[in-house]
Amino acid sequence: MRLSGRDVRCVRGGREIFAGLDFETAAGEALAVTGTNGSGKTSLLRLIAGLLPVAGGSIGLEGGDPELTLPEQAHYLGHRDALKPALSVVENLAFWRGFLGGEASDAEQSIAAVGLDHAIHLPAAYLSAGQRRRLSIARLVAVRRPIWLLDEPTNALDSAGQSLFAALMADHLSQGGLIIAATHAPLGIAAGELRIGGAR
Amino acid sequence: MSALAELMKRDIRIALRVGGGALIGVLFFLTVVVLMPFALGPDLALLARLGPAILWLGALLASLLTLDRLFLADHEDGSLDLIAMSRTPLELACAAKALAHWLAAGLPLIIATPVLGLLLNLDAPSTLAVALTLLAGTPALTFTGMIGAALAVTLHRGGLLLAVLVLPLSIPVLIFGVAASQAAISGPSSFGAPLTILCALSLVSFVIGPFAAAASLRHGLD
Repeated sequence: MRLSGRDVRCVRGGREIFAGLDFETAAGEALAVTGTNGSGKTSLLRLIAGLLPVAGGSIGLEGGDPELTLPEQAHYLGHRDALKPALSVVENLAFWRGFLGGEASDAEQSIAAVGLDHAIHLPAAYLSAGQRRRLSIARLVAVRRPIWLLDEPTNALDSAGQSLFAALMADHLSQGGLIIAATHAPLGIAAGELRIGGAR
Repeated sequence: MSALAELMKRDIRIALRVGGGALIGVLFFLTVVVLMPFALGPDLALLARLGPAILWLGALLASLLTLDRLFLADHEDGSLDLIAMSRTPLELACAAKALAHWLAAGLPLIIATPVLGLLLNLDAPSTLAVALTLLAGTPALTFTGMIGAALAVTLHRGGLLLAVLVLPLSIPVLIFGVAASQAAISGPSSFGAPLTILCALSLVSFVIGPFAAAASLRHGLD
């Protein structure tokens, strides 16, 4: 499986964010996208996720499931956590697990895997920022998808959380998955680097 | 299919739990209908004549009241991104959300109608006729309203836009709803004809609403 982009151009709100971008990642590899604030790291992830239209060039996936589009085979972990404050931790995760399909593990097991089992019935409104991040990560564990698109995944995580997530990422790669992560800090796993923006 | 059932269950659970969606609509409906007899005065004949219109107007305004938050919360917390990336077509997800909204906010209005009919001096057959027309017509209100709700998300808090766009589309539903109720109560004209047109409006909106809403949500994803 190989995810690649050729001559990708991104336009948002009438402004060109970047152009002429090339990248390639294969199964079992991770790509760290770096750049200054506003250089287009989030925009690139959203382009790959199909949430933004591609203004030029192309993004393609070879070797994935032929019946599914690229976004349907990807997890997107964005800045916003997609959690409902009125629902409890387990209800939030059970919803995403039921809605997205492709169950990899049980809701309670996924919550335990990210270290939130003591808060399992707590309404999501009462979680701290780091705990909300862990719950979003639990979604990646609970539903199996080969491609992970991560936007500053270790934001708000404490050092235990960061090593936990690094272990989860390593596990995902060893099972043939693929990771593209926008990050300012080192990811904790071996990754290629794509720098957007350069000297501007 | 089970993905859509999960989405509906979640939306209904949130609407009933937060006390936002479900209860506010019914309370607004109650307020409008309770205040009408005080405003119109103790003229019982007048109240009975205006009864169906007041109930319909109250139900229309109540269901539009909570409609703008249909997609807003999901857009703001990033759930809409994930829903768009799932294997469920966005059109079906929009339809499921609108149906959940109708079940949580529209159905309580219909259930409250017989009770409120008493305040407006309507007898039992009349209130049941009004409730039946509401049952046939409120889905049309929700499903055409969702188009405005989706546009309001795309245009970032265009709540005013929702009212401007949705009200003209709701007027035919209101006209046929009141006509059907009046026909059932005082009836020289038939009850069946406006009721079937009301059902037709609902059925058409079941198709057009989700497609229009999904199309405008896709534009709003960035």
